Amino acid sequence: MAEVVLETQNLTMRFGGVVASDNVNFKLNARELRCLIGPNGAGKSTFFKCVTGLLTPSDGQVFMRGDDVTGWAPHQIASLGVGIKTQVPSVMDGLSAFENIWLSARRFLNVTEANHKTDEVVSRLSLNNIANAELGRLAHGERQRVELGIVLAGDPWLVLLDEPAAGMTAEDVEQMTQIIHEMLNTTAVVIVEHDMQFIRSIASTVTVFHQGAVLMEDHVDRVMADPTVRNVYLGKNA
Amino acid sequence: MTQSWQKELIQTLIVALMLMYLLPFAINTFTLSILLIYGMLGLSLGLIWGFGGILCFGQAAFFGLGAYAYAIAAVNIGESTIPLLFAILVPAMFAMLLGAMMFYGRLADVYLGVITLVVTLILFKFINSTAGPAYVIGKARLGGYNGIPGFQTLNVPGSPDDYIWGDAFYYVCFVALVVVYLLVTWLLRSSFGRVAMGIRENDQRMSLMGYDTRARKTILFAIGAAIAGFAGGLFANWAEIVTPGLFSLGQSAEIIIWCIVGGLGTRLGPILGAAGLAYLKFLLGQQSLIDNTLITGLILVLFVLFLPKGIVPAVANLWAASFGRRPKNSRRNVRRARGGLNG
Repeated sequence: MAEVVLETQNLTMRFGGVVASDNVNFKLNARELRCLIGPNGAGKSTFFKCVTGLLTPSDGQVFMRGDDVTGWAPHQIASLGVGIKTQVPSVMDGLSAFENIWLSARRFLNVTEANHKTDEVVSRLSLNNIANAELGRLAHGERQRVELGIVLAGDPWLVLLDEPAAGMTAEDVEQMTQIIHEMLNTTAVVIVEHDMQFIRSIASTVTVFHQGAVLMEDHVDRVMADPTVRNVYLGKNA
Repeated sequence: MTQSWQKELIQTLIVALMLMYLLPFAINTFTLSILLIYGMLGLSLGLIWGFGGILCFGQAAFFGLGAYAYAIAAVNIGESTIPLLFAILVPAMFAMLLGAMMFYGRLADVYLGVITLVVTLILFKFINSTAGPAYVIGKARLGGYNGIPGFQTLNVPGSPDDYIWGDAFYYVCFVALVVVYLLVTWLLRSSFGRVAMGIRENDQRMSLMGYDTRARKTILFAIGAAIAGFAGGLFANWAEIVTPGLFSLGQSAEIIIWCIVGGLGTRLGPILGAAGLAYLKFLLGQQSLIDNTLITGLILVLFVLFLPKGIVPAVANLWAASFGRRPKNSRRNVRRARGGLNG
């Protein structure tokens, strides 16, 4: 069996009386691609934040490559070699695309290596034309791609993407899909996503969240054919 | 990188040398010295605010701490070299503790401003109330409202009787400012500086990339305090007395205004803003028609309304638009976008 890179045991997050994450047991193998779906308020983002250290879970544990990382700060988790992309493009707008990616590469490499790595990532994501432009002036899709570059530059073995396709054009999404497939050669990927078409196009195992808990876990086609999931999405059984 | 660094180093040194010899023809060296000291103080806030995104309302606290640390140590030691080191180290340590408390406590920017402001006020109140004979550090009485006069001023290291004053003190201040300026330039070009600018732009993103932003902000905050403290130490030598007025809110507000007027996110801006406004204040101080603070306030309002980026960026843009050749111009923009370092 493949190595487990991410595991949560009975992960629970309460905000006052609201249970946003309810006893989530989740396992991800090395180089596996997994999509998390669910209606608004299903607990996807809370789960994501607990795993990335942005929130400390009320109960339960998070393991990465066997280490208990529950309660770690985000920078400690990222330092393990975990690439994280948040929901809204979160980039350094006042700096150039090159500098953005360089800063990520520099975390794990020395200056010369970071320069090489950045050049490599820039051409891999075909950002050459905009590498020196101030990021704040670029289009949404381009900034999303730069953020993906930030994630790639760290050479992660686990990548967590929160809605990577949000607000992108069809062309951008297609490129994104291709990049994600390439990434799977070296890393496991978790994607939180609303866009079902995008999820179908990368065709993988899907974990469905509902009311903070895991509703089902299966291949995307079977999940979409499942009547319970359909009800949850349409709000009939909610 | 190294080639452009050498070029900048040489350019800076040539311009600095020329200014150092030319300025005394226009303004007397006694006034120039204080302008340089204020320039350094402006640069200290310009560094942490303009490049680190840390708006500190209490930069005067570090300035005052530096001045008091110098004065107290000078009274006790009777020689100026070690006291000057104290002027740098004491504020730096203080800022390290204060910064760690604020940044590790994950305080938002507004609270950071409030806390630094309050710390300045507390220091002001405290020093003001130390008039009694009980407040003694070694041989130095804190003196409360009256401050500490009569301490050993700057001397040639190792020989306490060779005082450095007048023109010589001006040259010392000038060299000190140039050295600090070059150190700041070097820092901002280093990985630490580039990461600091990343944190200024997006704290959370940087921590999700694996950087411990709390530690880095604390260190940058302490470096800013060290520079402000150094300026304070030099100020003590210039004024030959230190008083609680150094910790006043007015002083803190002025430093912020210098940075805004000169240009935030540049290194030259805060220096020029500080020296320019301080000189203006000096000139206005010679008349009694209009109140000084009124003019400073008016200048701030006018700048915020009409030149929000400050003098240095505006002049740089004007220069690029009128004299810059296009290809060269665009390359400069690229470099600015890369490092966010200009002026």
